[in-house]
Amino acid sequence: MRVTQAVSGALAAMLAALLAVVLWSLPETQGLRDPVAAAMDQAGVAHPVTAVLLNFRAYDTFLELGVLLLAVLGAWSLGRHTPLPARPVPGPVMPGTLRLLVPVAVVTGVYLLWAGSHAPGGAFQAGAVLGAAGVLWVLSRPRDLPAPPSPLLRLGLVAGTALFLAVGIAGLVVGHGFMGYPPPWAGALILIIETAATISIALTLVALFLGGAPAEREG
Amino acid sequence: MTSLYLIGGAILFGLGVHALVARAHLVLKVLAVNVMGSGVFMVLLAAAAGGEGDPDPVPHALVLTGIVVAVSATAFALALILRVKAVTGRAHLPEGEGDAESGGS
Repeated sequence: MRVTQAVSGALAAMLAALLAVVLWSLPETQGLRDPVAAAMDQAGVAHPVTAVLLNFRAYDTFLELGVLLLAVLGAWSLGRHTPLPARPVPGPVMPGTLRLLVPVAVVTGVYLLWAGSHAPGGAFQAGAVLGAAGVLWVLSRPRDLPAPPSPLLRLGLVAGTALFLAVGIAGLVVGHGFMGYPPPWAGALILIIETAATISIALTLVALFLGGAPAEREG
Repeated sequence: MTSLYLIGGAILFGLGVHALVARAHLVLKVLAVNVMGSGVFMVLLAAAAGGEGDPDPVPHALVLTGIVVAVSATAFALALILRVKAVTGRAHLPEGEGDAESGGS
């Protein structure tokens, strides 16, 4: 075992050194700055990263939402989640803090979603903040968390992918190609897609944190 | 300055590869893959910062996509590990030197 470790360590060090040498000698290029800057006037949003994510490379983002959905389906297909361990009531601090933090997180999340059109931000950042709030909520109130009704939860998880796909196919029908938007509507469409994606991402993160299909409730 | 991040990314990748091969515990293997991914993200961000003007937005978008995919893949891997633990009673690969030995235990 010791020998294996030494060999793997040596090989990994050689690999890292090789990569470092190759990366060091990489020429500095302008990359895709100029094509992106040239197309910004039809992007519908003012921030280049959001424009790349939701417009120029919408395909990637759509498939990424698909990966999130697949991860949830995969985790759910492994069985029902065991209820969170019955820990002692976490004391007054965490629920109290949470009561202050969750509204802040919701406002921050919505702001990040809105800011994505002209500044760093967007659906993923907003979804991550809201998802973190959801995880904290789950942790602080393990017993009496009102789980959303199952159909609503499933709908929320699929919303981002489904809406994105619908808009993408609509673009195909209208004649802008799959995942293409008519430039005058691009801003509004991107905002709608991002809103749905934010909800889906936040729900997905909490569902993945719980790590299994929700227990069917009786009645 | 960006070359510091390029080299750091390469080192992180190497560390991840070593841990992935050398550690038997499955959670450590998942962590190792995450460290490798962080190295790749660092390299991409450093590449985006190279050249003139504002950072290149395309690698930024790629990294943003990559982070979300890495998070969901990690969560799925952890769910799989929980399942492996429930079925086999252990969450690490057998310590034996070969398949024959591990098959017998």
